[in-house]
Amino acid sequence: MSGAKMVVQALIDQGVDTVFGYPGGAVLPIYDEIFLQNSIKHFLVRHEQGAVHAAEAYARSTGKPGVVLVTSGPGATNAVTGLTDALMDSIPLVVLTGQVPTFMIGSDAFQEADTVGITRPCTKHNWLVKDTDALAQTLHTAFHVACSGRPGPVLVDIPKDVQFANGSYEGPAKMKSHYQPQLKGDLDAITALVTAMETAQKPIFYTGGGVINSGPVASQLLRELVEATNFPITSTLMGLGCYPGNGGNWLGMLGMHGLYEANMAMHDCDLMINIGARFDDRITGRLDAFSPGSTKAHIDIDASSINKVIHVDIPILGDVAHVLEDMLRVWKARGRKTNSKALKTWWAEIDGWRKIRCLDYAADRKVIKPQYALERLEALTKDHDRYITTEVGQHQMWAAQYMTFNDPNRWMTSGGLGTMGYGVPASIGAQVAHPGSLVINVAGEASWLMNMQEMGTAMQYGLPVKQFILNNERLGMVRQWQELLHGERYSQSWSESLPDFVKLAEAFGAKGILCSDPADLDEAIMEMLAYDGPVIFDCLVEKHENCFPMIPSGKAHNEMLLGDTAIKGAIDASGSVLV
Amino acid sequence: MNALNITKGTSSKSAYNLRSGHSDLNERHTLAVLVANEPGVLARVIGLFSGRGYNIESLTVAEVDHEGHTSRITIVTSGTPQIIEQIKAQLGRIIPVYDVHDLTVEGPSVARELSLFKVSGKGEKRVEALRLADVFRANVVDSTLDSFTFEVVGSPEKIDAFAELMRPLGLSEMARTGVAALSRG
Repeated sequence: MSGAKMVVQALIDQGVDTVFGYPGGAVLPIYDEIFLQNSIKHFLVRHEQGAVHAAEAYARSTGKPGVVLVTSGPGATNAVTGLTDALMDSIPLVVLTGQVPTFMIGSDAFQEADTVGITRPCTKHNWLVKDTDALAQTLHTAFHVACSGRPGPVLVDIPKDVQFANGSYEGPAKMKSHYQPQLKGDLDAITALVTAMETAQKPIFYTGGGVINSGPVASQLLRELVEATNFPITSTLMGLGCYPGNGGNWLGMLGMHGLYEANMAMHDCDLMINIGARFDDRITGRLDAFSPGSTKAHIDIDASSINKVIHVDIPILGDVAHVLEDMLRVWKARGRKTNSKALKTWWAEIDGWRKIRCLDYAADRKVIKPQYALERLEALTKDHDRYITTEVGQHQMWAAQYMTFNDPNRWMTSGGLGTMGYGVPASIGAQVAHPGSLVINVAGEASWLMNMQEMGTAMQYGLPVKQFILNNERLGMVRQWQELLHGERYSQSWSESLPDFVKLAEAFGAKGILCSDPADLDEAIMEMLAYDGPVIFDCLVEKHENCFPMIPSGKAHNEMLLGDTAIKGAIDASGSVLV
Repeated sequence: MNALNITKGTSSKSAYNLRSGHSDLNERHTLAVLVANEPGVLARVIGLFSGRGYNIESLTVAEVDHEGHTSRITIVTSGTPQIIEQIKAQLGRIIPVYDVHDLTVEGPSVARELSLFKVSGKGEKRVEALRLADVFRANVVDSTLDSFTFEVVGSPEKIDAFAELMRPLGLSEMARTGVAALSRG
């Protein structure tokens, strides 16, 4: 079997039916094999970065690994941002790159790049395959590594002569790997945590993307645990949906733009149970003032996440679903105890914070407030079978605050890397995975322009993605920081010469909708939903709205800014060096 | 790598007493990293140290099991106990890394380094260099009428001491292999 045919066979044997990619000289043999079969559907993107983000959203919304096929040199380097994004957010991807033939490697050949060298720090692992006989096993190992343990992107670089040469193919059953991450948590540690839960007066679950990566069972077990214990629960941006946003114990997202009640509860808790989150700096704020009085437990499958930034008292290394199952079992066996009297007081305290109503904003009759736009979008789409993707910036935070996610795998956003340009291709990946569902990309106009070429992909495959652009003609988050930190000197944060988005939509063959009046908004959103095809919705919003609540850089959770008041001097000199 | 399997220290709140009380002091640790001898594995290890800003004081690598294609990388690094734990966890995360041993905490160990010194000089200095070399049990591996090349094997401190003594006696060149280390017993 030729190496190229092996690639296709290995993908089929791994259960892959969807590949995002872009052809080029060094992958032509593989593209030839794709032409000759019908099991795998290939989606031609318009830029390799788009292929990777689309595959990320495909993976995030299905739980299956995303697969990308691109050529050598620029094909591979264009994939680097997506790989880094997937590494930061622990998204399983298998990226296949063509390479110049083995005998030309190192000669600065046309479209040659040191792909494994360039992608070493931005993949979980990568391989350059120099022997066709080793190709099949490398590909199967690649899938194993991408999906096991803490998931992540892997890359297999395949020289063109290896694709042409013949070798022997072996199926996935023969794959051997010493890489077998530990799934079960240490029972002593789990018992220590359960014991702490039984007496805790102010406990809180702090959950993250690890719950979603662990699979639907993990979310289910988490819901059971929350219901049984009546503990409050908050989540990071990456974990939204692991506990229902309309659930009674839900405090909302935490962190820099998290809800007041979530951050205050994190600050004041006496037992913090981190499940699959990593104490990211967007979450912790000032480290030495982070939840000072709490005992901290941390469940994570990656040993390097434990004690990386925050010292924890009860580390539990293992897969979230496995650990939660044991936690529930131990907790039940020990008599289902909680400190219910103290919990009642804790909930009363939390209800006091909720009364602050931190998401309230000044309504406006003439101008669409971005918060209002998302409230209406939420109200009009919440009953749909819905997937939301976002770009990066203020709109992303508002979407996290004002939209409700009741199930895992419904929310695709670039968390760790904060990649502007993620949303358009991500909406395509999610729509490919769920052709009959409503997929909306909540975007800002600046981010949206970064990968807008992918509208061509949406048109080509008839993917009815809805691009909901909150257009403030600004790089809103940059503008907000310049207002807070840089004396209102708005350096380069204007979006000059914006396209006419309605005409742009028409140029692509999509539908364009412009809305600038709050009174017309509902009708315009309904028009977007009713249209059977891609829509670019240009929602002109208030240009100077800031995203609150906000923990300023270098501040603690209990030093949140709530609204447009008292923002002068909010960030001091030591905080201003932080991002 | 088991995160629980790390040094016990003192922390009043801790169920496991993971961190030592002197967490701000830098410590020097010798790590033995067993890896699959595949292309790029050394680059992964070095890239981890440079990418995350950790120190490498010494690094040696060679294949130790030809049939099993296993190499042993010995790294001497320094950092606070938290950084050292993080380095070990990050090393353990690299796919071709089989095992990470912290020889500094896993009981007594021996560490040796091989070094070569070229000392040029005549007359009294030449005699003195030869006499000191004898004290250090150095071997003369090359000699000309106006130079000696000594081979010294020992702990890094012994080699440092020898270098200090040779400097005024005409030390012109020196090469060190870096540390190789094994646990005792």
